[in-house]
Amino acid sequence: MLLSPALAISAVLFTLGVAGVLFRRNAIVIFMCVELMLNAVNLTFVALAQVIGVGGQVFVLFVMAVAAAEAAVGLAIILAVYRHKQSVSLQNMNLLKDG
Amino acid sequence: MNSLAFFWVFGVIAMLSALLCITRKNPVGSALWLVVTLFALAALFVLLDAQFIAVLQVLVYAGAIMVLFLFVIMLLNLGRPGPSDIKGPASLLTAVVLAGALLLLLRPLSTTALSESVRLPPGSVAALQQQQGIVGSVAGPLFEAYLVPFEIASVLLLAAIVGAVVLAKRKL
Repeated sequence: MLLSPALAISAVLFTLGVAGVLFRRNAIVIFMCVELMLNAVNLTFVALAQVIGVGGQVFVLFVMAVAAAEAAVGLAIILAVYRHKQSVSLQNMNLLKDG
Repeated sequence: MNSLAFFWVFGVIAMLSALLCITRKNPVGSALWLVVTLFALAALFVLLDAQFIAVLQVLVYAGAIMVLFLFVIMLLNLGRPGPSDIKGPASLLTAVVLAGALLLLLRPLSTTALSESVRLPPGSVAALQQQQGIVGSVAGPLFEAYLVPFEIASVLLLAAIVGAVVLAKRKL
């Protein structure tokens, strides 16, 4: 039965994605870490689809569609910010921070 | 080798390349290690009887989305060596502690047993795939039970296309 190892691998991948978001400053790398988290969730969906029914595989298709939309819009935002600040480091993005 | 051994081989490849992805200083290196993770995940999907999803994973994720990422990295000329964007030791320690706590919270999920009321009889998904085909078993529910979400996804993608053009263009 592959369900238990799949959920364990998925937990580790999700955790690595969260850690990446927490300790990187480069907006593009943080974006890639978000994709890593989405993929960890996809692995959970596929693993459970084998036990509960193919609905999980359908949900992976939706996650992929949302991830594609998110990547397109997010990278466009990063391009727009880069034009203003000449940098993609989140340290420089403090327009809404007071003081 | 049985499928469990293969599963762990690809799982370890996925986890190691994910670790390398989040620790590389160069964004291009990060992106390429993420591609390795995505391919290893596609192999895991094949082992989990989701061959169609595995093909889509390679085409959409490892193909389209990662090309988009690399394209933006190259466009912004981020590949050249520069100061590291990894935060200082205090933030690093916080990140590791928080991630460790999350892993401790998520770990029991893989050992708890599913209740019998949600579990299908063993082999029923394989039988469905045998009967309707690997693509048909996914396409059937997609165009019947999930038809409305499917149409909404197409609107979402259209909105994303328009949004990306509006955001990235200098002057409309």
